[in-house]
Amino acid sequence: MWARVARLGRWALVGGHRAFATEVCRGGGRVTAEVIAHLERLALVDFGSREAVARLEKAIAFAERLHAVDTERVEPLESVLEDRCLYLRPDNVVEGNCVEEILQNSHRVVEEYFVAPPGMCCAKYFNSELRPEEESWWCVKAL
Amino acid sequence: MAALMLRFCCAGRRWTLSCVDGAFRQGRGPLTGSMSSRIRGQRSVAQHSFTTAQKLKKGEREWAAVVGLEIHAQISSNSKLFSGSQVHFAAPPNSLVSFFDASLPGTLPVLNRRCVEAAVMTGLALNCHINKKSLFDRKHYFYADLPAGYQITQQRLPIAVNGSLAYGVCIRSQHSQVANKTVRIKQIQLEQDSGKSLHDDLRAQTLIDLNRAGVGLLEVVLEPDMSCGEEAAMAVRELQLILQALGTSQANMAEGQLRVDANISVHHPGEPWGIRTEVKNLNSAKFLAKAIDYEIQRQINELESGGEILNETRSFDYKLGCTVSMRDKEGKQDYRFMPEPNLPPLLLFDSESLPAGADPQQVINIDQLREHLPELPSQTREKLMLQYGLRPEYSFTLLNEVGLLEFFHNVMKDTKAKPHTVTNWVLNRFLGSLKQHSLAVSESPVTPSALAELLDLLDGRAISSSAAKQVFQLLWRSPGKTPAQIVSEQKLELLQDREALEQLCRATLEGHAHVVMDLKKGNPRAINKLIGLVCKAALNRADPTLIKEILERQLSS
Repeated sequence: MWARVARLGRWALVGGHRAFATEVCRGGGRVTAEVIAHLERLALVDFGSREAVARLEKAIAFAERLHAVDTERVEPLESVLEDRCLYLRPDNVVEGNCVEEILQNSHRVVEEYFVAPPGMCCAKYFNSELRPEEESWWCVKAL
Repeated sequence: MAALMLRFCCAGRRWTLSCVDGAFRQGRGPLTGSMSSRIRGQRSVAQHSFTTAQKLKKGEREWAAVVGLEIHAQISSNSKLFSGSQVHFAAPPNSLVSFFDASLPGTLPVLNRRCVEAAVMTGLALNCHINKKSLFDRKHYFYADLPAGYQITQQRLPIAVNGSLAYGVCIRSQHSQVANKTVRIKQIQLEQDSGKSLHDDLRAQTLIDLNRAGVGLLEVVLEPDMSCGEEAAMAVRELQLILQALGTSQANMAEGQLRVDANISVHHPGEPWGIRTEVKNLNSAKFLAKAIDYEIQRQINELESGGEILNETRSFDYKLGCTVSMRDKEGKQDYRFMPEPNLPPLLLFDSESLPAGADPQQVINIDQLREHLPELPSQTREKLMLQYGLRPEYSFTLLNEVGLLEFFHNVMKDTKAKPHTVTNWVLNRFLGSLKQHSLAVSESPVTPSALAELLDLLDGRAISSSAAKQVFQLLWRSPGKTPAQIVSEQKLELLQDREALEQLCRATLEGHAHVVMDLKKGNPRAINKLIGLVCKAALNRADPTLIKEILERQLSS
């Protein structure tokens, strides 16, 4: 489950965050500490090292090349399914009742609950008191 | 039609809304003649619920409050919005979770037809424009009970927009009269519910139950057309009744099927609106009005003492009775909305646009849903007023108390007594007794048929009205018995023996010569006193009209 968080987190970084991209541009390709802090909070990742930030800057520079494409008067394509019918499912119960399988993905389980750290989110940004080893399984390190 | 007219009245500047209502003026001291009704309404807004409300000193300025609501109603359906797992309250943890609900890779959302129909029906009942094309979006935020890291909602193009909700507010100064009000509805959107977090502070951990994750929600956004807690509470109550009448949501606040967030700000009349705060999770009908009024007063106090209002999220502490800052949004929330790539646009049809030969399972016809809308609370009230000549405020009470309308109908069905009598008994004696014992209608020891029988006895002049009250009390205490049994056990039947009554009257006249003197001196009310005395002597078993007749004859002879 937490692996997925990491994947989504990184995906969110690459998936064009416009305000952020413009800020990066203004910084001449360098990502400011402020933007990093904002991103860390949004995506629940911990950049930790200068190396990780450099990798992020490279990724942004790579994506920046998209700006070379002229998209004037082109309607954005939201989904390749947009001219397809949205299938409507009858209101029947056909899934669920698989708590053992679902909980297999959990790092920690109490009775039949998933266990997450207390508080809103990542300790680093939300002032909850976590021990370092506790944080490591929750807050994802940027690669 | 009525709703339309109301809406028209309220189309002007927002604060004109509160002016019709004199509800909160009472007890606030005399108003100066020059003050317009508009200002009065505004002032009443902020202070009506505070018993310590002090009179405004000279030079002190008025405050007006603005309240908007976001209401989440859980859709009443068998399965979730995008998955086939069951919707059920209080099931064992994580037993109602599909792979999609747990956000396992490779799973895709499949839209539940019932949820779409529920949204359309709710939109129609709230006079909304139904968008024939609506879109789904992802709203991103990280929380342990939202496994995907985003919620599927309808941010850009919701399923229904631009509606209105008519509701009634009690005018306290005019003994429980009802003022009609309207709040505009900005939009209704379909979205997923999140799971539930149980915080275990002791062991510094949070337990996550995903049973609720993915349940269909209707988010109803009410425009800031309300100006105090009571208005908000009554609007929510009306919406709750509508959802229940439609069957689109059970809307039980105690089970979290109806959750309310309020946006609140205050300003001086004629000036721009103030900065607003959002009070989250007003999940109790009882505290809804209280929390909003508290927040209004807090903002006024803050501004009057030179402070400023922060655009923040607050929660209401039920135990302390105040709102506290949640401090969870340090810096602006950024939800990074984006189109949901796995769901094509949702298309709806009407009878005209329905494609020929379309699979009926796959198309939703708005006109057809409109035709099958059940009776709505406003129509029920109108019918009650028309059919039984009920006063508007009585029709509101009958609907607002859970189960009371059904009880009333069941009594009406079984009795020959007039609607007026039945209403009187149901709303005063019956409801009063329930309140006194803190019982719900369903917990009443008196059944509708027992009350119907009692009212028949009263109507057929078998017992006097004071005896009927006595029987009612005994019924309440010994639910197994029938009214007829109690009447015969307690010997409460009306005395039919003319001779005995004549004697009783004569004895009373002789025993109370001074009252007779009073009467002869020209006090017309003295006769009532005599009737009362005779009735008392007859242990409530005498018919007052008959006694009056006998007394008058005896006095004139």
